[in-house]
Formats: sequence, structure tokens, C-alpha cells
Amino acid sequence: MEIFGVPSALLGSQLLVGLINGSFYAILSLGLAIIFGLLNIINFTHGAQYMMGAFVAWIALNKLGINYWVALLFAPIVIGALGVLIERTMLRKLYKLDHLYGLLLTFGLALIFEGIFRDQYGISGQSYPVPELLQGGVNLGFMFLPIYRGWVVVAALTVCFATWFVIEKTKLGAYLRAGTENAQMVQALGINVPLLITFTYGFGVALAAFAGVLAAPVYQVSPLMGSNLIIVVFAVVVIGGMGSIMGSILTGLGLGLIEGLTRVFYPEASAVVVFVIMVIVLLVRPAGLFGKA
Amino acid sequence: MQMKKLTTLACAAAFAMLSGAASAQISGNTVKIGVLTDMSGTYSDLAGAGAVLATQMAIEDFIAEAKPAFKVEMVSADHQNKADIASNKAREWFEREGVDTATELVTTSTALAVMKIAKEMNRVALMSGPASTPITNEQCNDVTVHYTYDTYALANGTAKAVTQQGGNTWFFLTADYAFGQALEKDSSAVVTANGGKVLGSVRHPFPASDFSSFLLQAQASGAKIIGLANAGADTTNAIKQAAEFGVTPKQSLAGLLMFISDVHSLGLQATQGMYLTTGFYWDLDDQTRAWSKRFFEKQKRMPTMVQAGQYSSVLHYLRAVQATGTDEAGKVMAQMKATPIKDFFGKNGRIREDGRMVHDMYLAQVKTPAESKYPWDYYHIRQTIPAEEAFQPLAQSKCPLVKK
Repeated sequence: MEIFGVPSALLGSQLLVGLINGSFYAILSLGLAIIFGLLNIINFTHGAQYMMGAFVAWIALNKLGINYWVALLFAPIVIGALGVLIERTMLRKLYKLDHLYGLLLTFGLALIFEGIFRDQYGISGQSYPVPELLQGGVNLGFMFLPIYRGWVVVAALTVCFATWFVIEKTKLGAYLRAGTENAQMVQALGINVPLLITFTYGFGVALAAFAGVLAAPVYQVSPLMGSNLIIVVFAVVVIGGMGSIMGSILTGLGLGLIEGLTRVFYPEASAVVVFVIMVIVLLVRPAGLFGKA
Repeated sequence: MQMKKLTTLACAAAFAMLSGAASAQISGNTVKIGVLTDMSGTYSDLAGAGAVLATQMAIEDFIAEAKPAFKVEMVSADHQNKADIASNKAREWFEREGVDTATELVTTSTALAVMKIAKEMNRVALMSGPASTPITNEQCNDVTVHYTYDTYALANGTAKAVTQQGGNTWFFLTADYAFGQALEKDSSAVVTANGGKVLGSVRHPFPASDFSSFLLQAQASGAKIIGLANAGADTTNAIKQAAEFGVTPKQSLAGLLMFISDVHSLGLQATQGMYLTTGFYWDLDDQTRAWSKRFFEKQKRMPTMVQAGQYSSVLHYLRAVQATGTDEAGKVMAQMKATPIKDFFGKNGRIREDGRMVHDMYLAQVKTPAESKYPWDYYHIRQTIPAEEAFQPLAQSKCPLVKK
């Protein structure tokens, strides 16, 4: 059977691959959305933090003998702690200033981090093996699905929805959301808002590092892996609506699918399709699909 | 009487100016070499800082061997694989900083932009990194040397060998810019000429990180061979993901442009058995080992063919300047073309009228992990392709400088 001249098996497999890429977009844009929502900071270091997550996993495996499963927890903690340090020593001083200052600071940090890793490891990157438990694949009839890719979707979506649940449905989440709306009032009610903010930034960064560990066995672990991805992820956040949690998750998945389809019908455009959608969305709904105007 | 005195004075003045001009044949008595390369992007491992080091080594060796009366200096810059940055920098170097030659120039688009400016300003362009054949065909000029390799030579080595060994149906994964398209075009021609068939191709954006969609299309094509008409990180990611999606080993990959830096970063497990064409391998003979060891001591990596070619081209250029006593592009080019190249890199090398440096190329096969005995022991050299056969014959050239 063919759909628009493309065999349906190929189309099915492309949609699945789109979903896999979409889960990377979702988990990265979620971190960005949380950070923007609470800190009003456009975190340009996000791509570098994703890259560092992958590198920490690689270093942990090759120098310390720490396996993949431990690295899934270890790398986000290390990079999250680095995030806390950045927030405490640098970002904190910029909250009262224009967005632009936060953007410039985080962009500068991203360049520094990438430069350090490039200097140490070169650009071609390092190979990270797929963990033994997840090696091989299953034949779905219409495609061969590597088990690892299936795991990526499950892991990413679980973390995304758990995060959404915590922010939207728990008391801690309620504090966070209230802090976003009116920090002074929440502070007056006895809640330590600066600590909440530090924790949020650290958590958003840890999400990026988690995505980095997930990506390590799929892509070459290289200093530029983050900057290749981050621009698309920013477009995802803008399309979904800055600061919208569910918006960033759903948009991430949806754009992964659309990109997958573009790769079948007109592969040359697959790098720009996300930005074309961004332009259209900004024209029609300037606040983004899920954003509040 | 007065008149005669004036004439004498004028003659003396003219003579003084003439001799002044003679001693200033090398402008500022300094030969300045500009290394314009990718210092930070996708190609920085195969060119980048290693190419700068190779240039320094060439300058040091030249000074030690020739003890020139002029000074040799080097400047370098990062063109970020962008043609506009490359051309602005080259113009600044030529116009204001007295740079005599712009070298390296990995990424075809930067090379094509800079060679035009070199022509306009009458300076030499030495291309070690870029791959596309238009540099010595439609776009050729008389101040450019294309030194290390090109897409024709790559296709002529790898695509020919693989097709002749029974890999007769092909599908291309092509980086969507001048280089990828040239490589696909040249390789398709070789496949067809050797009785093979091209079933299709997909053009992916440059750079890309996820190749799964493109690989699935290649898988659906049923071709025996998937030709990777891309380079650097694109190639390594494609190879890694092909194994993940079960594309290999059912179908085979042919890396049409692979450098030793790619094999090193992917490891032999992922690359074993692959064929590739290269202009240089560090472990070829005593000469290559000696030079590569010096390079390794400083860079902590073995040189790629681009870096070795960079050394050889700069040394050849400096020797031509020494021999002619001038840095004027036309005279230096004439000398470079008239002198055969015999060093550890350019075996049986010479520069043709279209600017193509032809030299022996090698068809290599990547060793298995068990066959590799020491660090960087990666290739079996399966075949030496003689200089005269390795590159596009002049009869097929589209370069107006070639007299037919």
C-alpha cells in the first residue's frame, strides 16, 4: 500500500523515528520552559549542559567504570550541581535586568564550556556503547526498531510527565507556580523563594544532562552535539509558548513527527521545516500554541 | 654641461630605483603564509589546529634547509566553514597584511570564494582540505593549486573497487551542499561505468546529527551498497546509526570520504572492513612514519591526509619562492608547476596546468580489532593508484587553462 507515492511501511517507520527525535526535543524544551517560566532566563547554556551530560557519562564509563544505568542518575546530579553553582554565583545577579543580559551570560558560558571540551577531546567525539541490556532490536514488520531507541521514548516520556505532574499537581509545584506569579507574596508567606529558584534552575539543567546521557549511545559524544540541537529546541519552545510545561512536551513530540515526515517527502527541507512552522505560529498566535497572551 | 650632469643624475637615480626594486622582489622581505581553516567546527579535527601545526613544521624545516635571506611568517584564522567569513578574511590578509598565500581552505564553498579573490589580487591559493572537482574544472584559475585529493579521486578509488567486488547496486546519502553533490555525481559516474546501478539518493541537511530517517530510506531501497557522500561528524554519525538500525551488515556502507580521525573516533569495531581512498597514511613507509611521529609528539594525534598535504604544499611553495627570488604569484606558480614533488607525501607528484596536484593515491581497508597491533594501526593498503590514473584525465577537464 502506498500513501502519496510512499510505501506505508516506510511512512510508519518514519513516524516512529520522528517520535524518537520528538522525545529528545520534548525533554530539552521542557527544561528550557521550566527555567524560563520561573527565572525569566533564556538558558542558552542548555545545549552545552546536554553535551556535558553525555560527556560526564562517557568519562564515568571510561575513567571511573561507572555504567550507563548509574550514569543516568550520576550525570544529571553532577551537571545539575554545576547549574546550581552558576545560578548562585552569576545568574542571580541578573534577574532584575533585561532578558538580554541573562541570554548573553548563558550564551557566553555555552561557548566557554564547548571550547573547553573541544580543546580536551577534539571535534570528532567519542563513541559510547549501547548498554548490554538494550542491545539489538525487534522486527516490527514495517521496520527494525533498535531496543535502545524504544527505551529512549519510554524514559523521556516518563520523565516529562513526572515533571509535569510535580509542577501541576503537587504542593511543591504549587509553590513554584505561585512564585512565578508573585514572588514577594509567596516569600511573605514564609516560603524560601530564592532557594526554590536555585532548585528549579538546577533541575532544568539536570533534565538537559539526562537527555545527554540518553543521547550518548545514539550520537557521537562530541562538543558540538548540543549546539546542533539547541536552535531547534528553542524553536520548539517558542512554538509551544514560552514557559508552558505541557505545551513544550506536546510541541516537542509533534514537531519530531512533522520533521520525520518532511524527511520522506522533501528531505532537503527537513532542517528548516521547524522554523517555517515557527514563523507561521508567531504570525497567527504570537504567544505560541499553548501560551497565554 | 648642465644637461649632461642632469642626465647622469637621472641615470643614477633610475639605477638606484632599479636595484631597489630588485632587492624588494619579496615584498617587505617577508613571505607571509595565511592558514585559513576550520578551527572549531565539524572539520577542525581533520584540518584545524593540526593544519596550523603542519604549516609551522614546514616553515621550520624550510628555514633549516634553505637558510633563506627573507623572513617567513605565518598567520591563521578560523573561517567557520562560511564562505563570507573566508572571503572577508582573505581580502583583509591580501590587502592590508601583505599575506602572500592563503592555504588549507577546507570546505569547498570557502575554497571557491577565496580562489577568486586570490586571482583578483594576484596571490597564490594552496588548497589542502577542500574536495570538489570544480576547483580545477569550471572554476579553475592560474593562481590555485588543489593539492591533497578531490572527489574524482575518491570515487575513482572507493566506488570503483567496491563496484568491481560485486557491490553493484548503490544508494547515496548525500550532504546537501556543493561537496556532497560533487561527490555523489562523481561516484555515480564511476559506479555506472563499472557496470553498477544507482537506485536512488537522499540529500540530508549539513550538518545533521540524526540519520535514522535517511538510513531507513536507504534500507528500503534494497541497494547492496549505501554510499556516504558526506564527511566528518556526518559520516561518523551515519555509520554508528546504520549499525544500530540493522542496516549493516545486511547492506554495506562505503565511506566515500573518510579520514583517519573518523576511524579513530568511531573505533575499529564499527568501521572494520570498510574501504576508503586516501592520499596519505602515516604508516606507509619510513619517511611517512618519521614525519608523522614528529607531528604526533606535538598534536597527540596522527596526521590526516589534509594535514600532511598542508605541510607538503607549504614547503613546495616556499622552495619555489626561494628558487625564483620573488613572491609574485605568476612566477612562483610557474616554478611550482615546473618542479616535480618528491617528499614523504607527494609520491610522483606534479602540478598540472589546471592546478591539480596529481600524486599516488591509496585504496585502504580498515583493519579488524584483532589485526590492529599498536595505536593508530588502522589500515591495510590494498592498492596504490598511480598518480596518472588517480585523478581526472586532462582530456575530460572543463578548465579553460587546459589546451586541447
